[in-house]
Amino acid sequence: MALGVSKKEKIDGLAESAGVSLAASAWKRLRRSPVFLTGAVIIGIFIVLSLLSPWLAPQDPSVPMLIDQVVKARNEIPPPQPGHLLGGDLQGRDFFSRLLVGSQQTLIVGVGATIIGLTGGLILGTLAGALGGWVDSIVMRVVDVMLSLPSLLLAFSIAAMFARPSQFTVILAVAIVQIPVFARLLRGSMLAQRHSDHVLAATALGVKKGAIVFRHMLPNSLSPVIVQSTLVLATAIIEAAALSFLGLGNPDDRLPEWGQMLGDVQNVFDTHPHLAAWPAICIIIVALGFTLMGETLREALDPKNRR
Amino acid sequence: MSETLVSVQDMKVHFPIKRGVFFDRTVGHVYAVDGVDLEIKRGETYGLVGESGCGKSTLGRAMLRLNEPTDGKMIFDGQDFSTLKGEELRKMRRRIQMVFQDPLSSLDPRQSVESILVEGLRAHDLDEGKESTAKRLRELLAAVGLPSTALRKYPHEFSGGQRQRIGIARALALNPDLIVADEPVSALDVSVQAQVVNLLEELQEKFGLTYLVIAHDLAVVKHISDRVGVMYLGGLVEEATSEDLYDEPLHPYTRALLSAIPVPDPQVEDRRERILLAGDLPSPANPPTGCRFHTRCPWRQATKCDTERPALRELKPGHKVACHWAEQIRSGEIQPHEVKPVLVEEDDGLSPDVPLVGPASVTEALNP
Amino acid sequence: MALLEVRDLTVVFQRKGEEPFHAVDGVSFDVEPGQTVGLVGESGCGKSVTSLAIMGLLPKRATKISGTVTYDGTDLLKLSDREMRDRRGRDLGMVFQDPLSSLNPVVPIGLQVTEVLERHRGMPRKEAMIEAKELLDKVGIPDPDRRLKEYPHQLSGGMRQRALIAIALACRPKLLIADEPTTALDVTIQAQILSLMKELVQDLGTALVMITHDLGVVAGLCDEVNVLYGGKVVEKAMRHKLFAEPRHPYTHGLLASIPRLDAPRGEKLTPIRGSVADNIPWTSACAFAPRCPNALDVCRAETPAEVNKLGRLLRCHNPVVPGTPAAEEVQA
Repeated sequence: MALGVSKKEKIDGLAESAGVSLAASAWKRLRRSPVFLTGAVIIGIFIVLSLLSPWLAPQDPSVPMLIDQVVKARNEIPPPQPGHLLGGDLQGRDFFSRLLVGSQQTLIVGVGATIIGLTGGLILGTLAGALGGWVDSIVMRVVDVMLSLPSLLLAFSIAAMFARPSQFTVILAVAIVQIPVFARLLRGSMLAQRHSDHVLAATALGVKKGAIVFRHMLPNSLSPVIVQSTLVLATAIIEAAALSFLGLGNPDDRLPEWGQMLGDVQNVFDTHPHLAAWPAICIIIVALGFTLMGETLREALDPKNRR
Repeated sequence: MSETLVSVQDMKVHFPIKRGVFFDRTVGHVYAVDGVDLEIKRGETYGLVGESGCGKSTLGRAMLRLNEPTDGKMIFDGQDFSTLKGEELRKMRRRIQMVFQDPLSSLDPRQSVESILVEGLRAHDLDEGKESTAKRLRELLAAVGLPSTALRKYPHEFSGGQRQRIGIARALALNPDLIVADEPVSALDVSVQAQVVNLLEELQEKFGLTYLVIAHDLAVVKHISDRVGVMYLGGLVEEATSEDLYDEPLHPYTRALLSAIPVPDPQVEDRRERILLAGDLPSPANPPTGCRFHTRCPWRQATKCDTERPALRELKPGHKVACHWAEQIRSGEIQPHEVKPVLVEEDDGLSPDVPLVGPASVTEALNP
Repeated sequence: MALLEVRDLTVVFQRKGEEPFHAVDGVSFDVEPGQTVGLVGESGCGKSVTSLAIMGLLPKRATKISGTVTYDGTDLLKLSDREMRDRRGRDLGMVFQDPLSSLNPVVPIGLQVTEVLERHRGMPRKEAMIEAKELLDKVGIPDPDRRLKEYPHQLSGGMRQRALIAIALACRPKLLIADEPTTALDVTIQAQILSLMKELVQDLGTALVMITHDLGVVAGLCDEVNVLYGGKVVEKAMRHKLFAEPRHPYTHGLLASIPRLDAPRGEKLTPIRGSVADNIPWTSACAFAPRCPNALDVCRAETPAEVNKLGRLLRCHNPVVPGTPAAEEVQA
């Protein structure tokens, strides 16, 4: 028995001529959630900044314009000064501009890795969940093996396999690590869908197998995957940062990336902590934003919360 | 009109029970349906009753080929439905439709009513142009008593009874010959159940439908059906017209079942004599030998019952029963006696009405 | 004095940003010692919330409970959580619909029974074990010695419900509240459980509040029946009277809409139109009016008052007159 269900709301709902789809009602709930809005604002700012950063950046991030102020022997770097809000980095480049432009590269790495991982996971998960049988067995055993390795170690090994690290290898390494997570998640909910009444009903209607998979099983299995992908975006950024930190990142540092910036300064962390602190804070805030969105999305899409 | 539409012959559905860490071994079977014969005539309503675990839903699904039968045939309108494959099977499905128990879970929550109803039409190329489809949808909704504004709404926006109407409309859309209704009203509120029962009856009259109604509620089945089959642990134990079955139940299980159903009338309730069955339903993974009911039967005899499985035989015209001693019980020669309940071990909650879901294993793939 | 006196019990759920919802709206009834009282109605009528309110099991947050629930002279609603915990199990037993989720899955049945005995009756473990065995035997669980050591999932649904009844009766409560105790069970098992409950109530003199949607169960078991609709009692009478002459159009409609085993074939059912979603608030109307075949203009304008006449309580502006069928045949 439903407790506390507002009857009036139900009646109002029925009186409307156009129906409210599940996605629409989830969106309605999300719009009222302050936590989701906080996350969305953070991510919104992040995306806008990263898109506009080439124009917003006061200086060119790749030009060592303050190189004359860098004194290697005394471990001196350019301090904040007019035109250079946060001073320069170890190569005498404008630190603030690098932070701004870094958002763009970070976004590319995070989104790129997530999209590739999601695509791979969707393909594998759909295959396993829809076909079942030996396809499922093989896919799931591979996934089990991948999941049994610590994710960072796996990413590390994949990145190390490439002779010359580049931005693409970082993305690929992080993406591959995410594939089994998505595949397993999707396969699980596809399996549940396979035995659900509405899929049986579609089978009984004589709907073609492909249409059942893509019209019924897949759309109804996606919500946990969507939630997971927002959470993965956060971990992808952190893992990419970790790879860069360990020296497996993009060696070309003309275009900055937060993780890479963090990695580059590990030797001078004790003397110039702000060089590490700023990119770290940026990463934490963005990861938090994605996580907040993901968690509230999970709640909103949960059918148990549907009213 | 006594043309046979459906003929089920020796239908068996056994689900393997698998165990094992790395390689699954089949350690036994759940004998969900174990040799059922039945015939449904065109235009009639055949009711299938039994308690949970008796295999009635599995039988219904096996007839629709939603579960693959282990053995046996279903002849539908002169054609062997159980051997059809691929595209042939898919095309044939148009003629046999299903109405489910839980109207919410049987409707895709992400599809509007319109796309739910159109889907079947599309699958069978009956979707001929926008206008004729729109007209067809309005007709369907009108037939099940829903306003045409319902088309743009989603399943969660309706009440239980309305959802069941959508499910019925979906089944009707394809002009089927047979509708298998699996517990069509048991998820609904009492006051709404009657609406759906009446609707099913009206539609049958209007469209000349044949129904197979599967339910645990004998009162509903008796009300709606022309003939009723009673199932116990995978087999039919009695089959008769619904009046006959109520007036003179011949199988001990049917007697007990009838006497167990509460009647909303205190005077009847006070006078009735109950046949209380001892113990629980034995596990279909390990069914009793001989007559499946002998472990709980108050009329059980020392011979035959535990060794020989009784066949369904016609005791009087149109009234079949699967009991060795039906005549003697009928004449009163054999009287009921006390039964000591037999312990029933629950194993892993395996229910034959739930197909075994789980990770498909390597061995299953190798030995299809 | 009655064993349990429920007076004007109201339960309001208030969620943030939503209108308050009256799940139970001024329900009153008495339970005499040894009496069986039925609360019948469909989902959403407030019958289960009523029982949870009596047992003090409703969540405190966002819930407003008013009225009085007097048990043996004390108002249960005024007791602290702690005092209420002591009462539950000792004075008030409860049996729920789903026996599996009401039993602790990782504790053997025996321990769950002895726990109650030790806590409320202060029995030493050994004695409690013997008593538990007797209890299981009494509720018809075969081979109690073995069953005591088993876990809930090893028992069948019917056996679990028996075990739950054994736990509820362990302290010989004067009042047992059963919330849809047989709904999850098969008919033949339901018959076993109902006859067991009937027997126990007679043997132990326990009063029973039976909550169910099944009028058939009520007809065989209850002395007095309360029919609930939309959180209010709409009709109350002794069972023979109620079933022979239902006066409220809702009661009447319910009885007419149930297919009966003993009805001649071909008889059409008369459903109640619409669904609970059509209800209008009780505040200035009768909630049942939109679905009622007898509805008059006054039904939508005025809340019907409770009228207690000739041993029947009725809340209706235009009750069914015995002998005549309900005003109109309802179209499906």
